[in-house]
Amino acid sequence: MTENLPYILTAILIMAGVTYLVRMLPLTLFRKKIENRFVKSFLAYVPYAVLAAMTFPAILESTSSLWSALAGLAVALILAWKNRSLLTVALGAVVTVLVVEQVLVYFQLLSF
Amino acid sequence: MKLTFGKGVRDGLPICLGYVSVSFAFGMMVVEGGLPAWVGVLISMTNLTSAGQFAGLDLILSSGLYIELAVTTFVINVRYLLMSLSLSQKIDSSMSGLERLLLSFGITDEIFAVAVQQKEPVNSRYLTGLISMPYVGWALGTLLGATAAGILPLPIRSALGIAIYGMFLAIIIPPAVKAKPVAVVVIIAVVLSCLFKWVPGLNQLSSGWVIILCAIPAAAFAALRWPVEEETEEVS
Repeated sequence: MTENLPYILTAILIMAGVTYLVRMLPLTLFRKKIENRFVKSFLAYVPYAVLAAMTFPAILESTSSLWSALAGLAVALILAWKNRSLLTVALGAVVTVLVVEQVLVYFQLLSF
Repeated sequence: MKLTFGKGVRDGLPICLGYVSVSFAFGMMVVEGGLPAWVGVLISMTNLTSAGQFAGLDLILSSGLYIELAVTTFVINVRYLLMSLSLSQKIDSSMSGLERLLLSFGITDEIFAVAVQQKEPVNSRYLTGLISMPYVGWALGTLLGATAAGILPLPIRSALGIAIYGMFLAIIIPPAVKAKPVAVVVIIAVVLSCLFKWVPGLNQLSSGWVIILCAIPAAAFAALRWPVEEETEEVS
């Protein structure tokens, strides 16, 4: 595969260029504050909508078993509800998944 | 709290840790696909995006056409248009054109989410700090995954898969509990996203479009129903 270096490098350049353009254009073109109330409100709600759509239902397939994912989700929801930091919530979910999957492996409901 | 470079670095640390685990998986895939480790690191250092890179790598490994690569990358990453536009309203108006050109490279889902959460306008020092650690983590994780695949036991790699979503939940849940409009936005987006996942026909769409098609109606509905106050920029 490495002998095809020109192809690989061009491909990487295309990916990087397209990704950069969609990030760069709005931030550099919109220098002024948007005055329209609807647009302002819309943009204020966008982050929550995007992150919610990215999290569900993808989180259910992010581990080796639906059950460990559900357990991790539950713990993350509780910790987030209690206003814990990003790191605490993320690690809480990870540790929960690890523990639940070990239990599943022990009862032979899951194998790696 | 003042938005200094140091605060940016501290806020970026949890993102960095999440990134190491995700890019680790990417690095492994690069090597398993028969490419040298440096190709993976080069992709990570020039793209800094998760789903787009995974899809791009798949195409490269199957010798996809350049146009295919460009369209796929665009569709998966088109959500950054919305994020970048949203961030443009949050950024310190004194930020120079050059700074915008440079820093826009670092707009990822997580960096964007943390940046727009700040109470004050986001300045270039803070944004530089915020991008720095995740950038290093993304490149380093790729390198580790590509060179030392197999060192991390599979159960740990499996558990790390949920890290990024835990981070997302930590960002969306507290404001959703506090403010009903945010809760409604989240619920609409989740319902739409589930429809796109499970309804036959709808589930043929690529993930990039799905995110856009979920986010736009959810945010538009809330913006019509509960416009944010004129004097404040935040949703609360």
